[in-house]
Amino acid sequence: MYKKRSFRLCSMAQLGFLLIFSGLLLTASQVSAVALDREARRITYAMSSEPPDLNTTTSTDQVSHMVLDHVMEGLLTYDSENNLAPGVAERWKLREDGATFWLRKGLRWSDGRPLLAKDFVFAWRKVLEPATASEYAFILFPLVNAQAINEGKLPIEALGIKAVDDYTLEVRFAKPCPYFLGLTAFSTLFPINEAFYNSRNGRYAADAGDLLYNGPFKMTEWVHGASLKMEKNPHYWNREAIWLNEVDVPYITDDGNARLNLLRDNHIALANNLGEQVLGGALQQRMQIKSFLDGGMFYLEFNHRPDRVTRNRNLRKAIQAVFSAEDYVYKVLGTPGTYPAYTLFPRWIKGEKQMFKREHPPRKPEINLEKARAYLVAAKKELGLEKFPPLSLLADDGSGGNRTAEFMQTLLKQTLDLDVKVDVQIFKQRLAKMTTGDFDMVLSGWGPDYDDPLTYGDLFMSVNLNNRGRYSSDTYDHWVSVAQSTVDVKQRMQAFGKLQDILFEDVVIIPMYERGKVYVQHPKLKRVIRRAVGGDPNFNYAVIKE
Amino acid sequence: MMNAFRPTPQDFYPLIKQDEADVVVRPSLSYWQNAWRRLKRNRRALISLYIVVFLLLFSFAAPQVFEFDSQSQDLTQLSKTPGLERQSLVVDTAPWEGRFAAHPATDGPLQAVTDLQVIDVAHTEAVRLAWAPVAGASYYRVYRHILRPSGDKDLGLPLGETEYVDQVSFEDRLKLDTVKYYYSVQAVSKMGEVSPYTTVAVQPRHAISVRDAVARGLLEPEQLQQRIGTEVTLKRHLLGTDYLGRDMLARLVYGGQTSLLIGIVAPLLFVALGIVYGGLAGYLGGRIDELMMRFADFVIALPFLLFMILFRVAMGIGPGESGIVPMLLALVLLSWPAVARLVRGQMLQIREQPFVDAARLMGAGSGYLIFRHMLPNVMGVVLVSLTFSIPSAIFTEAFLSFIGMGVAPPTPSWGSMCNDGVKSFMSHPHELLFPAFMISITVLAFNLLGDGLRDALDARMKD
Amino acid sequence: MTAFILKRLLSGVITIWFIATATFVGMHAVPGNPLLNAKAASPEVQKNLQARYGLDKPVTTQYVIFLNNMLHGEFGISFTQKNRRVNDIIAEHFPVSATLGVLALVIAAAGGIIWGAVTALYRDKWPDATIMLFVVVAVSVPSFVFAMLGQLGILKLNELLGFSLLPVAGWGSFGHMLVPALVLGLGTMAYLTRLMRSSMLEVTSADFIRTARAKGVSTLRIFFKHQLRNAILPVVTVLGPAIAAITTGGFVVELVFAIPGLGRYFVQAVQQLDYTVIMGTTVFYGAFLVIMVLAVDIVYGFIDPRIRVGKSGG
Repeated sequence: MYKKRSFRLCSMAQLGFLLIFSGLLLTASQVSAVALDREARRITYAMSSEPPDLNTTTSTDQVSHMVLDHVMEGLLTYDSENNLAPGVAERWKLREDGATFWLRKGLRWSDGRPLLAKDFVFAWRKVLEPATASEYAFILFPLVNAQAINEGKLPIEALGIKAVDDYTLEVRFAKPCPYFLGLTAFSTLFPINEAFYNSRNGRYAADAGDLLYNGPFKMTEWVHGASLKMEKNPHYWNREAIWLNEVDVPYITDDGNARLNLLRDNHIALANNLGEQVLGGALQQRMQIKSFLDGGMFYLEFNHRPDRVTRNRNLRKAIQAVFSAEDYVYKVLGTPGTYPAYTLFPRWIKGEKQMFKREHPPRKPEINLEKARAYLVAAKKELGLEKFPPLSLLADDGSGGNRTAEFMQTLLKQTLDLDVKVDVQIFKQRLAKMTTGDFDMVLSGWGPDYDDPLTYGDLFMSVNLNNRGRYSSDTYDHWVSVAQSTVDVKQRMQAFGKLQDILFEDVVIIPMYERGKVYVQHPKLKRVIRRAVGGDPNFNYAVIKE
Repeated sequence: MMNAFRPTPQDFYPLIKQDEADVVVRPSLSYWQNAWRRLKRNRRALISLYIVVFLLLFSFAAPQVFEFDSQSQDLTQLSKTPGLERQSLVVDTAPWEGRFAAHPATDGPLQAVTDLQVIDVAHTEAVRLAWAPVAGASYYRVYRHILRPSGDKDLGLPLGETEYVDQVSFEDRLKLDTVKYYYSVQAVSKMGEVSPYTTVAVQPRHAISVRDAVARGLLEPEQLQQRIGTEVTLKRHLLGTDYLGRDMLARLVYGGQTSLLIGIVAPLLFVALGIVYGGLAGYLGGRIDELMMRFADFVIALPFLLFMILFRVAMGIGPGESGIVPMLLALVLLSWPAVARLVRGQMLQIREQPFVDAARLMGAGSGYLIFRHMLPNVMGVVLVSLTFSIPSAIFTEAFLSFIGMGVAPPTPSWGSMCNDGVKSFMSHPHELLFPAFMISITVLAFNLLGDGLRDALDARMKD
Repeated sequence: MTAFILKRLLSGVITIWFIATATFVGMHAVPGNPLLNAKAASPEVQKNLQARYGLDKPVTTQYVIFLNNMLHGEFGISFTQKNRRVNDIIAEHFPVSATLGVLALVIAAAGGIIWGAVTALYRDKWPDATIMLFVVVAVSVPSFVFAMLGQLGILKLNELLGFSLLPVAGWGSFGHMLVPALVLGLGTMAYLTRLMRSSMLEVTSADFIRTARAKGVSTLRIFFKHQLRNAILPVVTVLGPAIAAITTGGFVVELVFAIPGLGRYFVQAVQQLDYTVIMGTTVFYGAFLVIMVLAVDIVYGFIDPRIRVGKSGG
């Protein structure tokens, strides 16, 4: 009898809690956003992280670039077909020794003050100023004196840029830069108003009110770590072409599954960057799945330093002969839209007249176990070793890295009887180890900084700091400088073709895959631009259909 | 009327003392002997003891007897559900040239693709499609769905596009499984116009490439040409495979070694440490208690991840090496404060009880008091704490291995198998369920055992 | 009492100082350069970056500067979030985590006490077995699974009802907090259930309970007046640090439900070696913990008047 009463008591307590909760629920306001609002011309989106830095001179990450491409604009911009088009500049002239840009007249910043050529001069000088410590300063090195200024040897006024008058900008190159036009559309080269910058007392870009906007949208609200809001900029010169009034970003989460769930519940219009495991559910729900190549090229990088066994070419050739990029991409990675890679250059790089991959098709390694073992024997002899010491494979602590590392480890053990130790590190430590050369192999990758094959090609130049494996070849350096010093397309493409050959023959790296990002978009949302270079995704020209 | 009983003096002599009368008394047992007896009689505790023994045998003894291979990757059997032996078709995976046909130009709208068919047998190494050229088409898009498409917005996974001029074929190799697929093809013109879609359904059969079959020892290297098209029997995976094609059963066995070792030894150690520390602090009280507890707070507040990384560096674990002892040490050193706090709290409560004063009045020393009287009373709390430390230690080990401290790949552990299985939970739940089940069994067993122990050790429940 | 509290606060300050120093030393001893990035920067840029963040000074000077700033309550600017002060990060995100954490703990404590009592009262019957099963599953499965399932559950519920009863993710209303708090408190609830059960069983077999029952006191009164107070001590002990841990550590839940809390920053900071954020959050967490522990010790005195923290025993 006591027990029955206790049971009733407990049940009552639970009921009580339930009632309280339900009551609170009903009184809760419905703050959830709706994915698309055609009347209000508004869409909602979820970012993967809080934008760490909206200062165009120092910003380096993807999320910040995405925001910046909506709220600001450079000399050139991208149109709705994702082609380079006039932006702040209405016309220009590109020469071997420099360029001239004629800006539109009457352009204004979001607070009404005029947008003039000197805003570009100020911004680009800021980028190169040593105190700014901008990690993208190298992009401006083609300009006269740029490198010297960044090294502190010359004052910023010595930069080869000049505002001839309020609406004319004159740039001088130290060496020819055929891809310079694309660079001007990149956020690092966006303009900044000097008076405004100084008025912020070191807090430029800290909040929505600490920035001036000259793009299709302006940021009206920024709750750090939680949400941000962009509304149509009435001062934008091309506002007629912008259909949307508002881009609302009320969610920040790095979990692809959560983003997909938000889309399913009709809270966001685009679920970006979905992992392969999430797709099964999306297929069942009959969602339209899309993919695009984001320019990320991933490869196994070797340490070519003189104290490492991986400096031996035969060893590398042996590994090249057992690794099947197809097997890896189609079975281990399994993401649609990702392609096996046989070269460092992505498949969308344009060549002289056709696509680069058609004019200079990459060579595919032959998977042959006997040949691999023969290479291994030759390597052992050249190195004077009885048996290979364990090789260290450096990997990130991200989940994809772990899987790939385990796969490589077992593959090399099963085929070549090589012992591989998987060295998992957090990101910063992996970078530190790469810089000091504390690895034999590392799972590495590269993303494009500008729309030209050189952004990939110069990676393994001996002086390039990103060449953490310290590969050094005079022939390679020679062809890179050829590509750097001429604007002749034919010559450049041939140079890149030669670089591709060297990468294959010398097994500088073993290319693994070309990343494709998978996403789901609301079927009524159209004209969203996905890009490999620049801010992505971009809603500037997006429209909501009936 | 008086009866005939006449008492005599003999009646008043005392009886001869016989032997001891039946004494209803049990043998005098010490506290611990009594506890052990009671434990043995608790059936559930016994069962859980058997379970623990079974787990230990499973992980440590079984590999000695049976052959388990936890490492070999079988890319033809990725994420397979539990099952018996499977048959597989031997196929040649030389690159397919594809089909090409000239494309006439046209003025009208793009027609849908016709004559879409699967070339040869569709199998899990590759599915080859070919179709008739569409006038005006520049290239084609291929999609794959697991449901029949209901409209041009619902075509499934975008597999890619044809790459070469005049190409009218496509080879799909993306994570093929023996389920029904619906392939759809659309023609795209140079201006970007897209044709209506055409669908074909196919269910691939399981296949293995010649190269893999030889490498796996399923085929002799001679006479390969004849063996193409025949079947071989693949290795059996009783509990299925994981995302890299490794046998789940083998991984569970070897994973148990790591998880049980860490999961049992570490908690035992840090609970023991916590009991001693917290017991002392609670008993002594006053300023010593203050000091000891502040130190415990200090240890709790240190950022866990940071100090784990530091430990790893300090212990000099090389890259990719398993650092079990350092990890044990680190786990113990950073987990004892929680137990200490609990024990101290109980001690504070118990030392005020009258029986403590009574014992002290009888002349009991501090050591005797603590071990004989007070500790048995904190056992309840300690045992709960112990049983919950086990899954916590298992998952902490998984986390540490994930960041490179702990066991290095390819050594498995139940915790890291769980973490890996979480990612494919929706599509292949068995990868998560099996290791989670093992952990559950372990936790359950120790819970029941702990319950039994607590009942056995509870001084007040003496029967 | 006030003397006691003051003394504890003083020793708390010293503890915090120890925590800060140990973390500072640990942080700088960990290999890895927080200023390295995927795109390698030239040596000049590296030098300027180091100067900007004060990393070019010797470690001892950095420590002194850090202590000085800490005394003024200033923790500097985050390395990764280039324009945010650590103080702002904590001030903006801690309330979110705290709200979520408190709700999670209320659920965990309420659930733990109720279920624990039920299993103790119905020992060895079916309520005991079912709840035991839930408890075991709750701790054997990674919390990520529960977060995913929780979100999926909301989604299905909304689809079933035809309208969005509960938001799938985000923050801002009570509805946003419900399921995340439930998921967050699950593990603690399991632990508290068992703890409560264990101490209830011990208390229930005690003599004074038997006396009270023999006297005819109602079960309810026995429960509230005698059993609860005596059995709840371990629960309170656990709750103290649990509050501190949950409010700063709901990383998984914050990730899946897109909640702008402090947990995410904490984890990311260590991965990115963001020195200022690591130091700021650790010191903050340490202070919070010290206060919570003090609160627990004070509550001890209310629960069981026989306990006097601070009195020497032995």
